[in-house]
Amino acid sequence: MNHDFPFFGKFPLSDYIDDGLDWLTDTFSGLTRAISTVLSDGVDGVVMLLSFPPPWVVILAFAGIAWWAAGRRVAIGTVAGLLFLWNLQLWQATIETLTLVLFATAVAVAIALPIGILGGLSERFHRATMPVLDFMQTMPAFVYLIPAIPFFGLGQVSAMFATVIFSMPPAIRLTILGIRQVPRELVEAADAFGASWKQKLFKVQLPLAVPTIMAGINQTIMLALSMVVIAAMIGAGGLGGEVWRAIQRLQPGNGFEAGIAIVILAMILDRVTQRIGQKPGA
Amino acid sequence: MQPKIAVKNLTKVFGDPPAPALKLMEEGYDRKEIQQRTGLTLGVADVGFDVAQGEILVVMGLSGCGKSTLIRCLNRLIEPTAGQVLIDGEDITVLSNKDLLALRRSKFGMVFQNFALFPHRNILQNTAFGLEICGMEQAEREERADQALQLVGLDGWEQAWPAQLSGGMQQRVGLARALAVDPDILLMDEAFSALDPLIRRDMQQELINLQARVKKTIVFITHDLDEALRLGDRIVLMKDGRVVQIGTPEEILSSPASRYVERFVEDVDKTQILTAGGIMRDARVLALPSDGPRTALHKMEKESFYSLFVVQRDGTLEGYVWADDMGRAIEQGDKQIAAHIQRDHQTVGPDEPVSTLIGLLADSRIPAAVVDDGGRLLGTIVKSNVLAALSAGQSDHVATAPETAADRTSEALS
Repeated sequence: MNHDFPFFGKFPLSDYIDDGLDWLTDTFSGLTRAISTVLSDGVDGVVMLLSFPPPWVVILAFAGIAWWAAGRRVAIGTVAGLLFLWNLQLWQATIETLTLVLFATAVAVAIALPIGILGGLSERFHRATMPVLDFMQTMPAFVYLIPAIPFFGLGQVSAMFATVIFSMPPAIRLTILGIRQVPRELVEAADAFGASWKQKLFKVQLPLAVPTIMAGINQTIMLALSMVVIAAMIGAGGLGGEVWRAIQRLQPGNGFEAGIAIVILAMILDRVTQRIGQKPGA
Repeated sequence: MQPKIAVKNLTKVFGDPPAPALKLMEEGYDRKEIQQRTGLTLGVADVGFDVAQGEILVVMGLSGCGKSTLIRCLNRLIEPTAGQVLIDGEDITVLSNKDLLALRRSKFGMVFQNFALFPHRNILQNTAFGLEICGMEQAEREERADQALQLVGLDGWEQAWPAQLSGGMQQRVGLARALAVDPDILLMDEAFSALDPLIRRDMQQELINLQARVKKTIVFITHDLDEALRLGDRIVLMKDGRVVQIGTPEEILSSPASRYVERFVEDVDKTQILTAGGIMRDARVLALPSDGPRTALHKMEKESFYSLFVVQRDGTLEGYVWADDMGRAIEQGDKQIAAHIQRDHQTVGPDEPVSTLIGLLADSRIPAAVVDDGGRLLGTIVKSNVLAALSAGQSDHVATAPETAADRTSEALS
C-alpha cells in the first residue's frame, strides 16, 4: 500500500535540519572546539585529582561532605556504598561518571538558574519557555548525541552536551515554580518597604525559592545520571561504559555490577542534595 | 495646615481599557451595573478625603468595598486609574519608579493582615528589613530594629523565628518592622483582623498608647465597626468603592448619613463609644460664690431648676446650691451664697464613656458635671441626655432628642 502524501512531496524537514546543523558546525567550529578543549581538560583534571589519592582518602572526604550536608546516617551510607564500589573494582569508572555528572549539572544549573528566574518574574517569558522545555524533555535523549558529535567530537564533551540539554528542564521548571510560589503578600511587603526588583529577588524571592530550586537541581542530577549509559555510546566511559561493554559482550553479571554501582551513586547524590535544600531556615 | 495625605477623586478600575468604566462612573452608575455593562470592576470610585498630621483615620467597610484597594493606592502598590494622592502636598501618582521607591522607603510603613513576616529571617532581621532596603549598615540598623522591638514589647525575641511566635506577637513584629524605618505614615491593612478577640483588644489599646508616643499619621483599614470606633479619630465608611460617610465616631453613631450606615451602627454598644464630652449640654445658667441668694433663686426659678452649679470667675467648678437652701439664706439675711455651697456632686472628664455615667446618674439627684483637667466646668449631663444619645440613630436621625419640661423640673439644672 502506498502511504505517500497525495498532494505534494515530502517536506524536507530533515534536510533543513542537516543544513542548519552543518552551517552551525562550520560557523562555530572554532568556538565549539574551544569549549570542547576547556571542558574535556577540566573533566580530565578533576578525574586525575580524584584518582591520585588512595580511594579511602576520597571516600572519607565525600563522607565529610555528606555529614555536613545531610547528617550522620547519610555519611555512613556514603562510606559503605563507596567502599562497595571500590571492592567491585569500579572505583576509576565511578570517579569518571561522578565527575561527568557534576560537570554536566554545574553547566545545566548555570544556564537554568537565570532562565528560571526570568520565567519566575515574567509571565510572558514563562509561557515562551514552556514549549521549549517540553521539547527538550520529551525528545529522545539519543537524538541529541547525533549533532553533538560534529560539534564537539566523540567523547566526554559531546556526552556532556547531550546530558546538559536533557537534564536542564527540571532545574528551570522548579526555579520558575519556586519563585512564583513565594507568597504574594511577602512580595507585596517587600514592595511596600520600597525594595527594588533586585532587592526583592535576592532578599525575598530567591531565598524563599531555595528549597524548590534545590529539588530541581536534585532532579537534574538524577536525569544526568540516567544519561551516563547513553552517553557511553559515544565514548564517555565511566560506569556507563562498563554497562555498554557488558551489553555488547552479553555479560549480565558485569552489567548488573555496573548498574548497581550507578544506583548506589544515584542514591548518595540524591540524599546529599535533597538535604541541602531543606537545611536553611526552620 | 496642609494635610499629611490628601486623596482627591481617586478611582481604580480593574481591567483594560478602563475608560468605559470611568465614563459610566461619572454618569452615576454603581459598581454592579458597570460590571454588567463593561466587564470592568470598579475598585475605588471617586474617593476623596484628607488625613491630618498625627491623625488616625480608619477606613471601614465590608469585604469587597474597596478599602484594601484604596490603602494600596496610597503608596501605589496598586496604580490608581484616575485622581490624585498628595503626600505633604506632592502628587505621588506622577512619580517615576525611582522616586516612588524613595518615597516608600522614607515616608511609609505598612502592616499587613496576615503579618507577612519573612519566614527565612529571624525577628531582628525581619524588623530591620526596611532599613536594610534603605542601605543602612548592619550595626546601625540592628540597633534601630532593637529599639523598635522594645517599643512593641518584644525585646529578648530578636533571635527567634517568626514561626515560633504567636499571632499577636507576630503582628507586633509587623508593627515594629513598620516603625523601625521611622515613617511619617503608617498604613495598617486589617492589621488586627487575624487575631483572636482578646489579643485584638490588647493590640488596639497598645496601638493607642503607642500612637500617643510616636504620633504617626495612621491610615487603618478594618471591617470591624467596634475597632473603627475605638481607634479612629475619624472614620471613612465605604460601600461598593464609594465613600458613604466621613466623620468622627460620634458623628457616625449619632447621625448616620444613610440607612446603610445606620444598619452598621445598630449593633454597636454605644455606651462604650459615646463620651461625656459628646453628649453634655452647655452649662448656660450658673452662679458665682459672690452672688446673693436672691440672684441664685431667680436664675433657678427662670429655668425651673431645684439646684444650680456654682463656679469661680475663671470657670472652676466650686459646687452647687439647693433652691431650699437659698430660701433659708434669704430668711437669715445672708448676702452671699458661699456658705451654702454643697460639694457632693459627681464630676467626670469629657472622655469618660457613657457607660460610667449611667451608674453615676442613677442615684444622683443633681446632674453630673463634666470638668476638664483644670477643674473648669465644661458642661452638665442629666439622665435624659444619656437616654437621648443612646436612642439616636435607631428610629430617627436626630442626634439630640427633644427635652421635655418634665425632664427639667424633675432632674433640675442644665
